[in-house]
Amino acid sequence: MNIMKCSTCGHQNKEGTTICEKCGKPLDNDQQGTLLNMRYDGSAIRSKTKNRSIVDKIWNFFSSVKIGVTLITIALVASALGTIYPQEMYIPQNVDPALHYRDQYGILGQIYYQLGFHNLYNSWWYMVLIALIGISIFIVSIDRGVPLYKALKNQAIKRHPNFLKRQKLFGEYTDYNTDDKTQFINNLKKHRYKISEEDGHILAEKGRFSRWGPYVNHLGLIIFLVGTLFRFIPFMYVDDFVWVREGETAVIPSTNQQYYIKNEEFIFETYGNDDEDAIFEEALQNTSGPVPKHFETNAVIYEDVSRDVIGSDPELKEVKSGEIIVNEPLKINGLALYQDSYQLNEFQTMSFKLHEVDDEEEEAIVEFTVDLTDPESEYVFDNGYRIELNRYYPEYELNNGEPRSVSNYPRNPGFVFFVYGPDIEEREASFLAIGQNIPSGDNQYKLSLTDFGVRDVSGLKIRKDLTLPIIGLGAFIFMVGVIQGMYWQHRRIWIHQAADSMYIACHTNKNWYGLTREFEKMIDGTSFTMVRDQEKKNDS
Amino acid sequence: MDLISLSGGLLYTAFVIYLIAVIFFAATIRDKQHEKKFTLMNKLAIGTTILGFIAQVGYFFTRWMASGHAPVSNMFEFVTFFGMMLVLAFIILYFIYRIELLGLFALPVALLIIGYASMYPREISPLVPSLKSHWLYIHVTTVALGEAILAVSFVAGMIYLIRQINQSQTTAKTTWLEVIMYSICATLGFVIMTTIFSSMDYNATFSYVVDEEEMTLDYQLPALFGPENGELTTEDKMDAVFAAPGWLHGAEAPRKLNTLVWSLAAGLLLYLIARAILRQRIAAAIQPLLKKANPELLDEVCYRAVAIGFPVFTLGGLIFAAIWAQEAWNRYWGWDPKEVWALITWFFYAIFLHLRLSRGWHGEKSAWLAVIGFAIIMFNLIVVNLVLAGLHSYA
Repeated sequence: MNIMKCSTCGHQNKEGTTICEKCGKPLDNDQQGTLLNMRYDGSAIRSKTKNRSIVDKIWNFFSSVKIGVTLITIALVASALGTIYPQEMYIPQNVDPALHYRDQYGILGQIYYQLGFHNLYNSWWYMVLIALIGISIFIVSIDRGVPLYKALKNQAIKRHPNFLKRQKLFGEYTDYNTDDKTQFINNLKKHRYKISEEDGHILAEKGRFSRWGPYVNHLGLIIFLVGTLFRFIPFMYVDDFVWVREGETAVIPSTNQQYYIKNEEFIFETYGNDDEDAIFEEALQNTSGPVPKHFETNAVIYEDVSRDVIGSDPELKEVKSGEIIVNEPLKINGLALYQDSYQLNEFQTMSFKLHEVDDEEEEAIVEFTVDLTDPESEYVFDNGYRIELNRYYPEYELNNGEPRSVSNYPRNPGFVFFVYGPDIEEREASFLAIGQNIPSGDNQYKLSLTDFGVRDVSGLKIRKDLTLPIIGLGAFIFMVGVIQGMYWQHRRIWIHQAADSMYIACHTNKNWYGLTREFEKMIDGTSFTMVRDQEKKNDS
Repeated sequence: MDLISLSGGLLYTAFVIYLIAVIFFAATIRDKQHEKKFTLMNKLAIGTTILGFIAQVGYFFTRWMASGHAPVSNMFEFVTFFGMMLVLAFIILYFIYRIELLGLFALPVALLIIGYASMYPREISPLVPSLKSHWLYIHVTTVALGEAILAVSFVAGMIYLIRQINQSQTTAKTTWLEVIMYSICATLGFVIMTTIFSSMDYNATFSYVVDEEEMTLDYQLPALFGPENGELTTEDKMDAVFAAPGWLHGAEAPRKLNTLVWSLAAGLLLYLIARAILRQRIAAAIQPLLKKANPELLDEVCYRAVAIGFPVFTLGGLIFAAIWAQEAWNRYWGWDPKEVWALITWFFYAIFLHLRLSRGWHGEKSAWLAVIGFAIIMFNLIVVNLVLAGLHSYA
């Protein structure tokens, strides 16, 4: 490595240093009249000095702010593209995305889908982009942060006169006395500057910690991004869903059959039924349909305490009970149960009677009830009649003339019954659904719906996210860093005591207006005049 | 008097007081003989602004008491609150920098925003279960404050550009500056058109058929664009001139398009009238009034507002938002359009700060960025709510 020897003090500086580490003399061949570049306090930056090996080249690529900003800009544009049409997770779940985007949004929708923009944020290239930003943040922080830290930690108090003369705010004073200087230093102290002295030369400094702000917030971001990666470790993250009907006990998924949940009752309220809702009357009239006010599941959580014998029945012990409300999940053993969705008035039972087709009174020969979640295949009666449930469609629909079930949930049940009896030759078939009762032929008997029972179904999300503490820590550190860097500034004032005059120079990493205002107060009660802003051209 | 009408009265009072404050600020610019003196006129101007702000705070809390929830739950309430936070952000920056010009531009922007908000339904609306949380006001108020401080950066940037850009000939820069002026005219145009027709109780109903289902759509502005195959069912009202193109989605899309076209047309008319009276570009006409303004100081305010607003926005718009999303929807991040645009806003101001601090983008470049940043915020506030439907759609 090359060494740059300072022509004034002889200190050996690392290649790439622009201000002598020891005496503060500018090492850029004294371009008088131009302001000194104070970035990183003139220390050597790795990316600016080494460019030989492939490692250097990669390092330099990522440590460039230009590249960092370009990456963020690409991420910005890509993120915006993803909001043109809804993402796949927000389209109805029972449709084919390929058709949905084409049918809803035409040719543009089809292109959108084929480019993979319907699932943009989970695409490999978007993740790579975010990862590249993460790498860039990491490298740039080390590249700049370490030399800056060293430079500020070891900064000299006495600086070369040229160092002061080439600061943005500079003043040269000949006509002053010692009282003025003392008063000035006292004023600095009053404004909480830390004063260091060396042979009559002064360095006054405050807010140095704000220089670490960017590095602290970058650290926070890196922790955050690493935290999101932990989601891919199986035990760290659970995302599941369960429907539980009122009165039913269901296994909580992703718990290895350890936990069960019982839905005691699902409560659903809408606005407009209470006196206290009177003030919303006008708004409610302007909306179509009822507005949900509150819904909750009264749940009991059980744990299976039976020994692990395969095929043995679970032995449930109550471990917790309570309400699951939106914004108030129920937590059990690191797992959180969230009120997510609901299905009101799902059919629970349907009751039928058998009567003769000609009977106007429709007198029941037999009566039976079908449990729609667990129907029996056959209903046998003492009087010799037997009804077989041949086909059952929980959510019936006709698809190209063929009956089928859309789901396993009894939202629109359809049945094919076979009726057997002493006076029936073989059997009589009939198809029943809501609003439909179709006999297979010239039937002698008819089945009619007499009653039905309904209940609510509660949809619960099951979440475990052990990455949250890491992500939260990252976000917290980011906030600390960004506040530290943005709400404070690093100000320095140098006084160089020359033989017949005195130089004062000021520097701040930002907010120059605040520094000049502060300097005005600092020269209060002294004969010093305001420092000149050397950046302003032809300032009168 | 009941709380709701008291609340409405206070908002109206605040609006009028802000108007008076604008006049006072204009007067401070006119009589600015002594630099850096805090004259009586300055005291009057900032004092009136603070009074107006207090009146609006009164509106906010009386409405809160009346409805039982923080009034930030629909488009009218949120945008009004954003206007109030813009005034607060201006007051904060005024006490740091004492720039009267900032008030002369920031207050009209706030007035326009509050006026815009009032065009939305103003009745108190109930909260759906997912919004019932303390995070409603914690998250929404912090976001609004953060965005408002960032908006002050736009105001400072706009003043900077009007003062600095060479108006002696037409360039891309002068044209873009006029685009900003025209956008302001269009917003004003929207407020004026809506106010005129709502004072006339204009209402035209169209019926149309979608998937064999009969639907109706009410128009509060004369229909230039009606629904496809729509039929006017109200008597004595203007029938639609054009049918809204079929690729527009959503039941209310034709009406939104109609409103947009009306606003743009009214804005164009206002803009052309202004041009005809001034006989030059609007920005060129304002420029001489800004001669005494200190461009370096404006540049500093433009940056400082971002420096102050960025952490507030991050806290409210991303971190508080994530905490609440985790509680209400069991995921801290869900790529909802509103969330994505908050991230885009955050990316954008991160770029702003990096370019400024590391690559020396000062002055004009920085001011243009501040304008773009505000456009992104407005996009997230209006377009995302009204066009890109998602979990955050209020209106």
